Amino acid sequence: MRKLIRERIVARLDTGWLREMHDAARLPPVEGPLAFTTDSFVVSPLFFPGGDIGSLAVYGTVNDLAVSGAEPLYLTLSVIIEEGLPFAMLDRALDSVARAANRVGIPIVAGDTKVVPRGAADGLFLNTAGIGRVIEPGPAGPGSIAPDDVLLVTGPIGRHGMAVLSAREGLALEPSPTSDSAPLADAAKALRDRIGTGVRAMRDATRGGVTAVLHEWAEASGLTLSIDECDVPVSPVVRGACELLGIDPLHVANEGTMVVAVAAESAAGALDTLRGIPETAGAAIMGRAVRRRGAAVTIRRALGREQPLDEPAGAPLPRIC
Amino acid sequence: MKYVDEYRDPHAARRLIDEIRKTATRRWTLMEVCGGQTHGLLRHGIDAELEGVVELIHGPGCPVCVTPLDAIDLAIDLSLRDRVVLTSFGDMLRVPGSRRTLLDAQARGGNVRPVYSPLDAVQIAKGLPDHEIVFLAVGFETTAPATALAVRQADREGIGNFSMILSHVRVQPAMESIMRYPDSRIQAFLAAGHVCTVMGYESYESFVEAYGVPVVVAGFEPLDLLEAILACVRQLETGAARLENHYARSARREGNPAAQDVVREVYEVCDQTWRGLGTIPSGGLRLRDAWKRFDARVRFAVGASEAKDESDTCRAAEILAGRMKPTSCPAFGSTCSPDSPLGTPMVSAEGACAAYFRYRPPSAAS
Repeated sequence: MRKLIRERIVARLDTGWLREMHDAARLPPVEGPLAFTTDSFVVSPLFFPGGDIGSLAVYGTVNDLAVSGAEPLYLTLSVIIEEGLPFAMLDRALDSVARAANRVGIPIVAGDTKVVPRGAADGLFLNTAGIGRVIEPGPAGPGSIAPDDVLLVTGPIGRHGMAVLSAREGLALEPSPTSDSAPLADAAKALRDRIGTGVRAMRDATRGGVTAVLHEWAEASGLTLSIDECDVPVSPVVRGACELLGIDPLHVANEGTMVVAVAAESAAGALDTLRGIPETAGAAIMGRAVRRRGAAVTIRRALGREQPLDEPAGAPLPRIC
Repeated sequence: MKYVDEYRDPHAARRLIDEIRKTATRRWTLMEVCGGQTHGLLRHGIDAELEGVVELIHGPGCPVCVTPLDAIDLAIDLSLRDRVVLTSFGDMLRVPGSRRTLLDAQARGGNVRPVYSPLDAVQIAKGLPDHEIVFLAVGFETTAPATALAVRQADREGIGNFSMILSHVRVQPAMESIMRYPDSRIQAFLAAGHVCTVMGYESYESFVEAYGVPVVVAGFEPLDLLEAILACVRQLETGAARLENHYARSARREGNPAAQDVVREVYEVCDQTWRGLGTIPSGGLRLRDAWKRFDARVRFAVGASEAKDESDTCRAAEILAGRMKPTSCPAFGSTCSPDSPLGTPMVSAEGACAAYFRYRPPSAAS
């Protein structure tokens, strides 16, 4: 076990903290409040177009810190391996963790490894926790969203969910949808630097997609959040796959795309800022907040009529016809 | 996107809406047969655009909704047995049987897997030779060719551990049954474009003649639906009753003969119980004797069970028959919602109640 940890894990994620192999990482003091988060990754399949469990585990936690208004500082990594997982797959996933951590420049300072009997896990599970430094003043949060505030989405939606679904179910779509798995820390920092307190809230639109974020924010703000279907960016591949399967892309998970609410006067600057960052170059303004009228979240459909946009119920299940 | 955007063009839609309003001198009552059409109409607000000139009654065209209780109960029962894998289309998983759903069975340890195609179920059977793989086969004439192909493939490959719980329904007998209700108010039908793509639409000639109502084959996008509604209104205004096809890019008079052949080879027409509507003569399909070994009821030696009671407050029967709007049901939005449905039309993505809940939720009424 020590050999496995040293040769396959520590060697790949080479940081001073890990090489010491102490029971805990001792970190230097940080000034001001901290943000602390954790997330577990159980994606199946482990590798899919546009990403894999390794990069997902790094970006997922980094993004949770970034959208909370924190600068990510440190990560931990727990690895749960199902007996029988080929070493090549473990290596590939860990290489991806290392590459992703390098890309965002955040060290992995502590970790844990467990091997469980066959059937007790699905190949490989990863958990990451992250600590970040809260940069003040940060976004005041969804409760501060006011009428006329503008809603942006930072790229074409639904890519991660459709990539994983089509890989898992062998849907053989051509070309296959590609996950948007990517870090959002640069985009969050750029917004903070350029727009400051004009940013009301940021949230990565993971499970439940953009719709889930909008419903949470509508509840927190007591407003109606209204978007325009024609303004929501969706790639032709994802749109085609969703049309085929009867799934609304607004309900599909993303892993490198966030929803941002900004004050009306900051909207143009925010859009410009996001479009200048590679990960959010496809950003678009998709709607705005208005005083509560009828439904909490509404969408203007193609024919121009405003309709309620409902919350997704459970995992999207494919329709029959 | 090709074949989608051009059928959602707002300017063309506006022209059609204006034309329908101009043509109609009174309010006409139309039934769209298919649940997919119901969703298209409500999603884009077409029913609201035509308020006052066209009343749309939502037909029973949701196969998930009309699958009888005993088929779902049997699926749940089998899924909980040792070494049985129960497969079905995803939206069957949330449909309540007499007590619970397949998702509940899954949570209790039942082996339930959603699949995208019945052929996937055959592949699972091939990979798990020491398990019994059961496919809960529901759907109109649109899915019947695929399930028939699955049976034929299992036969060709000598796969002995694959069987199906069958609840295939036929749309035209249901339309006839609705027209025979003494209180039927339906003056014209939008026929289900997908079903016609497979089966053709020639057989509607006799329907039009027998009941004297226009039948217009319609697609699912806003312009498809509006064009078909306009065609109905034009006929009704002149007192005509004809069969017209406004889904020509997909549906042909003769349909898809290859698909029909495989359906005929594997299935024969039978009387069928429709949940909410009762027994409809010639309303379903069953396996021919030569294929009976693929019938899960034969394989597991279970007979047809007694029909169980539905919820007292649920008015699914009236809604499926087009006699009541979902919003008029006392349970709608109070004790019945997609998260905890009392009846099938609230469960399926295709169901009329789910469509209303989604696009006309109770919270939006204020």
